[in-house]
Amino acid sequence: MPNKKYVCIICPNSCEIDVEYSGKNITKISGQTCKKGEEYTRKEFTSPERGLTTSVPVHGGTIPLVSVKTSKTIPKELIKDAMAEISAARMNAPVKIGDPAIKNILGTGVDIVATKNVPKK
Amino acid sequence: MIRKTVDVAVVGGGPAGLSAALSAKKNGAANVLIIERGENLGGILNQCIHEGFGLESFGVALSGPEYMQRFIDDVEKHRIPYMLDSMVLEVSADKKIIVSSKEGLFEITSKSIILCMGCRERTRGQILTPGTRPAGVYTAGAAQNFINLKGYRIGEKAVILGSGDIGLIMARRLTLEGSKVLAVAEILPYSSGLPRNMAQCLDDYGIPLYLSHTVTEIHGKKRVEAVTLAQVDERFKPIAGTEKKIECDTLLLSVGLVPENELTRKAGILIDEQTAGAVVDEDLQTSIPGIFACGNVLHVHDVVDYVSLEAERAGRSAAEYAQGKEKKPQTIKTTPGEGIRYVLPHQLSADSDVKLSMRVMAPARNVKLILSDGDRVIKTLMKTRVNPAEMIQVTLKKNELAGCKKIIVMLQNAK
Ligand SMILES: Cc1cc2nc3c(=O)[nH]c(=O)nc-3n(C[C@H](O)[C@H](O)[C@H](O)COP(=O)(O)OP(=O)(O)OC[C@H]3O[C@@H](n4cnc5c(N)ncnc54)[C@H](O)[C@@H]3O)c2cc1C
Repeated sequence: MPNKKYVCIICPNSCEIDVEYSGKNITKISGQTCKKGEEYTRKEFTSPERGLTTSVPVHGGTIPLVSVKTSKTIPKELIKDAMAEISAARMNAPVKIGDPAIKNILGTGVDIVATKNVPKK
Repeated sequence: MIRKTVDVAVVGGGPAGLSAALSAKKNGAANVLIIERGENLGGILNQCIHEGFGLESFGVALSGPEYMQRFIDDVEKHRIPYMLDSMVLEVSADKKIIVSSKEGLFEITSKSIILCMGCRERTRGQILTPGTRPAGVYTAGAAQNFINLKGYRIGEKAVILGSGDIGLIMARRLTLEGSKVLAVAEILPYSSGLPRNMAQCLDDYGIPLYLSHTVTEIHGKKRVEAVTLAQVDERFKPIAGTEKKIECDTLLLSVGLVPENELTRKAGILIDEQTAGAVVDEDLQTSIPGIFACGNVLHVHDVVDYVSLEAERAGRSAAEYAQGKEKKPQTIKTTPGEGIRYVLPHQLSADSDVKLSMRVMAPARNVKLILSDGDRVIKTLMKTRVNPAEMIQVTLKKNELAGCKKIIVMLQNAK
C-alpha cells in the first residue's frame, strides 16, 4: 500500500503521522496522539487548508498596523490571492479584536479579522 | 527620586510578568506593580502575529496579540497598576528597584520581586560571521518587529542563517510579503526549530533548508549583495570546495536567544551557566530570598503557555513571601545527567508535587527518560521522539520525592 508522511502543525508536539492510501482513499492513519491530529491529516490528504496571519494599515490609531487573521482556514492554494486582496485593505481606529477588515474573502465565506485592539490616537 | 513601597514588584510586562502579577494578586498580595520599559504591555507577543499560542491553556490556537490581550484584560479587571516606558536600571539584594521613567527616577521598595525580563537575540558579534559589515543584516526578531509593527519592507531576496523558530516564522512571513527566501542554513545536522514550523513555514513554500551549513562570508560594501554558504564537518568547520555564493540583499540571523540577566547578575543572584538564567528552587525563588524569576529570563521557552504557567507559580510564591508565609526547606538537588542539557528547578522540597522542566542535548528516537536519586529509579518515561527544540515537562509526586537527596535525569536508548 502506498504511504505518505505528514507532520501535524496543530500544536507544538508536531506528531509525525503516517497515512496509507489507495487511490483517493485513506486506508490507515497512525502516529497521531489526538483527534485533532487525525482531522488535520485527513484534510491535508484531500484538500489542505491553512490559516493566514498578516497585518493591515490602520488610520488614526495609536500604532500604524493592526494584525489580522483568517477567521477560519482557507484552501492552501488561495493564500497568495488572499494576500494580494489583504494588501489593499485599510482599517480605521478604534479597532477591536474580531472586527472584520474584509468580509467573505475570495468568496470563501471566511473573513479577515483583527487580532489586536488599536485605540484612537 | 520618587519613593514608593509595594508588596510585589514585577519587572517586565510580557506574558511572564502579566501572569505572575495576576497570580500574586489572586494569592493575596494587596499591592502589586508591573514595571515595563516598552510602550505597551505584552512583551514580544506584540510582534508575534502568527497563530499557535494558547493551545495548552485555552484549547484554541490564538495569535500572539490575542493571547496577550486575554491577560491584559485580566490585569485591567483586577486593577493591577502598571508603569509603561519605565526602565528598571537596578535591582538590589535588599529589594529596592531603581526605575527611570518619564515622571523621573523612582526608588521602589518591595517585599518581593519577580524578574520577568524575557530574553534577547544573539547577534552577529556573538557568532562571528566574517566579511564586511553592510546594511541588510538583521536578527530575525528585529525583522519581525520592522515588518509586523512598522510595515517596512526589509529586502527582496533573503537568506536566513539559523533554523530557530523565529527564523522559520520569518521565512514564511517574508515570502507572504512578496520577498524571496532563497535558503535557510543551519550549522547543526538538525533543525533547531519545531518540526511543525519546518512543515508550515518552509515545506509549504518550497524554501530549501541546508543542514550542516553555515554562512562563511557576507559580500557587499553598502548593502548585502551576496552570502557564501558552505557545508561544515562534525567540528562545525567549513569544508573547502563546498562553498556556494547566493545573491541576496538581506541576511537574517536566527541563531538563538539569551535570557536578559544583566539586572540579575548585578544583584548578585546565582546564575546557571547552562540556562543562562537564575538558579531557582521549586518556588522559583532565586539565591536571594524574596526575589523570584520566571519565563524566558529563567530559561528560553518554546511555548508561551508554559511561560504563563511557570509565572503563576512564581506569582504565588512571591505573594506568600510578601505575606511572611514560612517556606519549606529545599534540600533535594536536581542534576542533568547523560543526554540532558538542563533541569529546572535546581532545588526541591519533598513537600508537594513538582513539575520539572528540561531539555535534551540532541534529537533522538525511542529513548527512555529516567529520573533517579542516584541509586534508585524513581520514574521512567518512554519517548518515541525527543528534540532540543521541545521542552519536556515531568511531574514528580510528593510520595515519589520522599527520602530523596537528589534527582538525576538522564536519557537512555530503549531497546
Ligand atoms: C524576537 C523574539 C521572537 C519570538 N517569537 C516567538 C514566536 O514567534 N513564537 C513563540 O512561541 N515564541 C516566540 N518567542 C518566545 C517568546 O518570547 C516567549 O514565548 C514569551 O514571550 C516569553 O515571555 P516573557 O514574558 O518571559 O518575555 P517577553 O515577552 O520578552 O517579555 C519581557 C518583557 O520585559 C520587559 N523588560 C526587559 N527588561 C526590562 C527592564 N530592565 N525594565 C523594564 N522592563 C523590562 C521587556 O520590554 C518585555 O516587555 C520569541 C522571542 C523573541 C526574543
